Amino acid sequence: MSGRVLVGVKRVIDYAVKIRVKPDHSGVVTEGVKHSMNPFCEIAVEEAVKMKEKKLIKEVVVVSCGPQQVQETIRTALAMGADRGIHVEVPAKEYESLGPLQVSKILAALAKKEEAQLVILGKQAIDGDCNQTGQMTAALLDWPQGTFASEVTLEGDKVKVVREIDGGLETIKINTPAVLTADLRLNTPRYATLPNIMKAKKKKIANVKPADLGVDLTSRLEVLRVDEPPQRQAGVKVETVDDLVGKLREAGRI
Amino acid sequence: MLFTVTRTRRVLPHVSRLVRSRTIRTEHTQSREGLQKVISAFTSVCGESGVSTGATVREQHGRDESVHRCRPPDVVVFPRCVEEVSALAKICYRHNLPIIPFGTGTGLEGGVGALKGGVCFSLRKMDQVLDVHQEDFDVTVEPGVTRKALNSYLRDTGLWFPVDPGADASLCGMAATSASGTNAVHYGTMQQNVLNLEVVLADGTVLHTAGKGRRPRKSAAGYNLTNLFVGSEGTLGVITKATLRLYGVPEAMVSAVCSFPSVQAAVDSTVGVLQAGVPIARIEFLDEVMVDACNKFNSLSYPVTPTLFLEFHGTEKSLEEQVRTTEEITCANGGSDFQWARDEETRGRLWKARHDAWYAALALRPGCKAYSTDVCVPLSRLPLIVVETKADLVQSGLTGPIAGHVGDGNFHCIMVLDPDDADEVQRVHLFTERLARRALALEGTCTGEHGVGLGKRALLREEMGPGAMGVMQSLKEALDPKNLMNPGKVL
Repeated sequence: MSGRVLVGVKRVIDYAVKIRVKPDHSGVVTEGVKHSMNPFCEIAVEEAVKMKEKKLIKEVVVVSCGPQQVQETIRTALAMGADRGIHVEVPAKEYESLGPLQVSKILAALAKKEEAQLVILGKQAIDGDCNQTGQMTAALLDWPQGTFASEVTLEGDKVKVVREIDGGLETIKINTPAVLTADLRLNTPRYATLPNIMKAKKKKIANVKPADLGVDLTSRLEVLRVDEPPQRQAGVKVETVDDLVGKLREAGRI
Repeated sequence: MLFTVTRTRRVLPHVSRLVRSRTIRTEHTQSREGLQKVISAFTSVCGESGVSTGATVREQHGRDESVHRCRPPDVVVFPRCVEEVSALAKICYRHNLPIIPFGTGTGLEGGVGALKGGVCFSLRKMDQVLDVHQEDFDVTVEPGVTRKALNSYLRDTGLWFPVDPGADASLCGMAATSASGTNAVHYGTMQQNVLNLEVVLADGTVLHTAGKGRRPRKSAAGYNLTNLFVGSEGTLGVITKATLRLYGVPEAMVSAVCSFPSVQAAVDSTVGVLQAGVPIARIEFLDEVMVDACNKFNSLSYPVTPTLFLEFHGTEKSLEEQVRTTEEITCANGGSDFQWARDEETRGRLWKARHDAWYAALALRPGCKAYSTDVCVPLSRLPLIVVETKADLVQSGLTGPIAGHVGDGNFHCIMVLDPDDADEVQRVHLFTERLARRALALEGTCTGEHGVGLGKRALLREEMGPGAMGVMQSLKEALDPKNLMNPGKVL
């Protein structure tokens, strides 16, 4: 086994920011808004770095797709302990329509190129909430997948994954190479410390174009309109139970 | 005009309440019509959604997390920028309306109560982190930014703001109350960590205490106005921006716990550790009553005896040395059961006892409320005051487990009391007054971190003496001649 883990990270609007819809309803406002690494991607990076610290794997390669700014996100992952980065250059215009299908094609191509033993991703991004990239990547590679992982244990050439599912927890054992997606309780990501941020500046980030990987970025989806959720309406107080039942009937609720 | 009243303020709460209400009745609030006029002026400044007279909103803004009862303002305004704060202040100044700044309402001394009614300035809409200067280790924030929100914002810069009072408080509010936390022994309190403030005075003047936009790490320029406002508890102006000192996130942390046969032994160890030059990050003391409460609350089994919880920050190598030195010192002072942990999970478990102290104390008597005392004395006086205080607790029949930032000589008795038992309330009140006076007699202060607020004004006068109080009163009159800024607090 190569001992190499590929971790995908996405640059998203910071979770603490109040999102605003653009006046033309074509999307959300991203100009001048704080961005940071998707929280589930942080967890993915942390898991890979932990594996390396325990000497279970040899190298952590972090990859992100997008315009120039995603390099900041790659640097943060390097500061957390990743060894080198890959920036897949996608110009700003095409980035707007970049979705899970194209990203998974890119990741699949890179996983093959880098001979990755594992691909670890966050389970979903907090902007799109798609929860598709990990699964599509596994399908394109025809690799097993351990999604919604809350516990990962490497056992020789297999991986034991405890998954968070609706009814509770499911434990599976899959062969490597495999794709894993990180859920919230997998670990608590470390803060990047200043000395590590300084060291990360010296680590290498390679630039790659999607065309070099044989990937076509054309999107088959078109966003028609983006709206805010409807404003919450004031409640109505009623005097009696009969009034309440009457109002519920009026509203077609019963 | 020098501060003239020198008689000791009456201790009994019902008497001092009467005294206060006499003054309140003559200067209290506006007539209905007067209020309406002012409200439309406010609305033209911050919009319809920026002004509220709703009863619930006013009640929310008339109380904090202290035991003082709710005293709602007449109206709450929500300015969005310093220009609006200034315009609103000008209106209040013209109509002689009290101004009460409000951050997160997490204070512990009744600082936000509108004793004379008036206008509460809720600053929560001003919630931007303005400029992070990574290389200069500073950041400027608006009052709606809380300390946890700031640290989350900074998480990928390798920097953090370490002052950590219990609540997730507004940073500008922390500046106003000169807040401190468990980290103070290593990183200092707000006093050492505010570089500059933007303040709006009662007449609407906007002031930059260290000059506009300036953020040198040190300065010898003019009077230190920044630290005049730090700790002024909203009685001198409304803080609308704070420039704060940041620190590098520690590379690694180690937590430790150690038991001692006596309070003296625990304090002697603390002194020893500090004198040995160990740059200890946190050193927290729990007395045996508190340890017992924590054991019960979390099903732990720490020896029921005075205990120290310690935390070390640094590089891997320096941590080894720090822990080794500290273990030697605690051993030499009769310490036992020294446990330490490096990984986050075990550290969390070790410190859980200290983190849950407040809830563990409350759990001793379900259905009761808790009030925290807050005295601070020189380190060498700590064993004496703790021993005397514990004797007083027993004699008064009160529940008061002790937790303290022993590295600063600051400790809290978490008084657990039944608010409906008038006799117990009275006994707690008298106990806390005795405790404060005990601290003053031992060259300390009646408030290490929580502030003076509503309940400690008489003690402040005893602590400071007429000279200092006279100067404070002069400053107050110079900056707020109409006494509109949070009247009835501090002075």
